[in-house]
Formats: sequence, C-alpha cells, structure tokens
Amino acid sequence: MSAAVITVSHLRKTYGATVAVDDVSLEVREGEIFGLIGPNGAGKTTTMECVEGLRRADRGIISVLGLDPVRDASALRQRIGVQHQDAHLQKRIKVWEAIDLWASLYGRTVEAGALLARLGLEGKRDAWFMTLSGGQKQRLFIALALIHDPEVVFLDELTTGLDPQARRAIWALVTGIRDRGKTVFLTTHLMEEAERLCDRVAIIEHGRLIEMGTPADLVATHCPERRVVFTSDSPGVAERLKDAPGVRHATTEGQTHTLHGEGDDFVTGIIHAVARESIHVRGFRTEVPTLEDVFLKLTGHGIRD
Amino acid sequence: MLKGLWALAWLETKIFAREPMGLVGTLGLPVVIFILLGRAFGAGGRSVPGAAQAPFNVAILAALLIAVSAVLSLVAIMAIYREGGILKRLRATPLAPLTILSAHVVVKLGFTLASLALLMAAGRQFFPGAMTPHWLGFSAALLLSVLSILSLGFVVASVVPTARFAQPVGAAVLYPMVVLSGLFFPIEALPRTLEVVAWGLPTTHAVALMQGIWDGGGWAAHWDHVAGLATIFAVCAAVASKTFRWE
Ligand SMILES: Nc1ncnc2c1ncn2[C@@H]1O[C@H](COP(=O)(O)OP(=O)(O)O)[C@@H](O)[C@H]1O
Ligand SMILES: [Mg+2]
Repeated sequence: MSAAVITVSHLRKTYGATVAVDDVSLEVREGEIFGLIGPNGAGKTTTMECVEGLRRADRGIISVLGLDPVRDASALRQRIGVQHQDAHLQKRIKVWEAIDLWASLYGRTVEAGALLARLGLEGKRDAWFMTLSGGQKQRLFIALALIHDPEVVFLDELTTGLDPQARRAIWALVTGIRDRGKTVFLTTHLMEEAERLCDRVAIIEHGRLIEMGTPADLVATHCPERRVVFTSDSPGVAERLKDAPGVRHATTEGQTHTLHGEGDDFVTGIIHAVARESIHVRGFRTEVPTLEDVFLKLTGHGIRD
Repeated sequence: MLKGLWALAWLETKIFAREPMGLVGTLGLPVVIFILLGRAFGAGGRSVPGAAQAPFNVAILAALLIAVSAVLSLVAIMAIYREGGILKRLRATPLAPLTILSAHVVVKLGFTLASLALLMAAGRQFFPGAMTPHWLGFSAALLLSVLSILSLGFVVASVVPTARFAQPVGAAVLYPMVVLSGLFFPIEALPRTLEVVAWGLPTTHAVALMQGIWDGGGWAAHWDHVAGLATIFAVCAAVASKTFRWE
C-alpha cells in the first residue's frame, strides 16, 4: 500500500449554526484518484477547502504532504494544484495571459505550450475566457492547476454542467494526471463519474462520512446481488434454471425472465445451465449494481433527491 | 511580498481596456463634461467673457469626477470578481491578498493619470491660457485624493451584497459626497453637524487640496487636507482589512 499523502482526522467545520462537516477522517494515498462523493450540500467542498488550507477547520487535524495546510500555506501552495467549484476568471482575460500569470507565480513550471496542447487548448491561446465553452473553461482550469507540476491535484466538481462528450474528455485527462504519478483528490455528485474514475471513494452525507473503499468493494459489500435478464420463447424456462448455483429467485414477465442471485459463480452457472438444458435464448444481459445502488441502500434515497 | 503586483496590474489594465463602456466612463466622461461646462462657464476658475461668473472651478469638478468614476469602477469590479469566484481563485494562488487588491489600486491610479493627461490636453486645446496650475503638484494632489477615496471604495465593496447592487450603492455613497465636497457651495454655509460630517469625507479634503494647489499654494499650506486624506485612508484600509469579503 502506498504512503498517505493526505490525512484528515476528526475534521469539523461549521458556518454559524450549520454544521457543514462533522467528524470526517480519511486518508488519500500516493498515486491514487480518491473521490469524495455525495449529494449537493453534503460537505464535499468544505472538506476539500479545509484540506487545501483555504478554510480553517474548527476541529481536527489535517496533514498534506506532511504539511499543515494553514500554518504551512505558502509552502503547500507550491506543491498542490487546485480547481475550485464555481470560480471563474476575468471575462476578457486571454487563455495565454492566465497561463502566463499563473506560471509567473511559481518557482517551477512545466512548459506551457505542451500543457495547452495536452489539454486541447492550443488553438484557444488568444481567446477571451468568456468565449470558451464549458468544457474548454474546465480544461483551462485544469491547466492552471497543473502549470507548476504539483504533486497533489484537487478537483472540485470538475464535470458538473458539462455534456457527456466533454465529460468523457475530462475523465481521460484526469486519468492521465494519475498516470503521470500525481495524486488526485476529487469530489463529484455523479456516481457514474466516481465509478469510472476513482480508485477509492468516500461517501459523505450531511457532513459525515458513511462509507469508504474501492467502488468494487463497496458494491460487493452492500449490493452483492446480480441479475441476469434474458428473453426466450421456450416454455417454463425460469423454472428450469432456478436450481443453478447462486440463484435465489426468478421472475417472469411475458418472455422476459429475470434471475436474481449473488456470488462469483452466479452468471457462469446460468450460462452452463442454459447450455445444458438447450434453452433457446434471444437476448441475454447481466445487471450489476453500481455505486448509485450502494448510495441508495446506505442512505435510503437517491443522490439527486 | 508584493510579488506579481506589476504583472497582475498590467494584466488588469489590459482587461479593463478591452471593455468599451468602462473606458468611455473612465477616460471620456470627465473630459466631455469638462469641455461642455468649460464652454458654458469658463475653465480653470476663469469665467467666459460676457457669461455669468463661473460658479465653481470646472477643472476641479472634472478631476473629482475622475476620482469618483475610478472608485465606482473599483466597487463594481470587486463585486463582480467576488461573485464570479475570481477573487477566490486568485487568493488560492501564491499571490498575497494585499497584492491582489493593490493591483487594482495601481490600475486605477494609472487610469487617473491618463484621464488627467486628457484633461490637460483638452484644456490646452479649448481654453488656452485658462489652465495655469502647477501640473506636477496637481497630479500628486489628485493621486492622493484618489487613493484616499479608493480606500473608502474598498469599504463600500465589502458591504455591497451582490454585483447588481455595486453601481447603485456606490453612486448613493459617492454622489452626495460630491455635493458636500465644498465645490458648489462653501462648507461653512452648511449646518454645523453637516459641516463636521463633510470634513470627515475624503472628497471634501480632496477638493480643498486640489483647489489650493490649483491656486498656487504650496503643500505646506495644505498639510491639514493632506493629513485628512491620509487619516481617512488609514481608517478605511483598517476597516476594509477586517470587513473585506473574498467570496
Ligand atoms: N460560505 C458558506 N457559508 C455558509 N454556509 C455554507 C458556506 N459554504 C457551504 N455552506 C453550507 O455548508 C454545507 C456544506 O456545503 P458544501 O461543502 O458546499 O457541500 P457540497 O460541496 O457537498 O455541495 C451546506 O449546507 C452549505 O449550505
Ligand atoms: Mg461543492
């Protein structure tokens, strides 16, 4: 297991009477993409901003790269890259001007031209910020977060408001950041994004962490059930497959049959049974639970409710 | 400590210059008002022959308008930058908070000098012989005045709730100050309490100082107004450092 780059223990942060974050402890390891996931207002941004040193925690201990984010703020700023939620740039600043300004503020920087090319912005060097599309703005923010070659990159709700295509492009960039050896700490309220991108996730709700682990482990622990759905015109099909290993029960609706079960052998067992019984199958698919289902199970409501 | 100040100030200057309305309000408006009123009443405190005696020094009014438009613009920019998260984004960089705000002061002082240069050129063109002050001294008096009023602008920017309110709130604070500045009628003509209030306002000291320098007085003769502007600057800067909101 890699070393911890970020450790948070018993973090608490209030805004007046609102308890935004309560008793949150977590650890982000070197070289991973760690996702803090939860609905709007759960406390993701607050947690992240305390870790970045932009907010002072009411209680708790935070260490990033061995530094105290508040006390060692200026040393830390040279080593982390930050993308904020809902923070823009001057409407009429040009892309290269923003890159230039940011580059001038750090001791060590990567080559700006290559960075813009990697982010697909080389054709937008002279464009005003206000003329960029949503996806281009987010890519510029990523560029600003990466210009000084930071060791840890913070990305807050990076793809909110983007169309699916732009979102996928951003995902590829984030994976690329990790593949270059950086540690990524991100937040999202999109479960699909967390599942695609994150090596490990922590689920936060009402300011409290309710679960932590790899997406696969969380699904296996909380939603082990699998479903096989197939269509067949052979009679009594569900009845004939009911005894395959792992099958718990079966339902039939017209010619569509659903087998519910769990375990590693569940799907394989059904395939063998289908072959053995020579059942004529016209359609066959497996349904695996997602983080969305885990969230529903743990909180009793959907993430967007 | 002010690392990045000049880079940021130059960048903000370019950004400001890209917005046509801002430029017109900052550079154009004071000069146009100066020329129009100067035509009607005379410039530099000298009346147009045959017309009524100039009720006030049109050039000082124009200089005061330069200061007011700089401050209104500052309040609006701070509110817009705060609402757009731009202040927050800049503050998360290695830039010191004071550097970020000082850059805007530098920009406003720069545009103040440009506006004053335009005013001088217009004076030379339209009112030959009427504009006789010591320009270096007058520029310094205007810069000091702008600096002091800008500090009040930061206090105003701290309290405006949203960008939409920035212009109206700024105008509601500044225009009454212009009326009370002693330019249009003597401060002594005001009721006692209002007179005290007037001397607590940077605009009043600004007008007194600029008028004094215009009339050829030395700085030593106007140390009280210099001290007034400096005191107001110190107080406002202290208040703003406590109340300024970055997000
Ligand atoms: N600056 C603030 N002032 C007051 N309350 C805030 C502030 N920022 C966030 N909150 C409140 O704190 C809670 C957590 O917010 P936030 O950390 O932004 O959640 P998330 O990023 O998960 O959407 C919410 O109830 C929110 O309304
Ligand atoms: Mg958030």
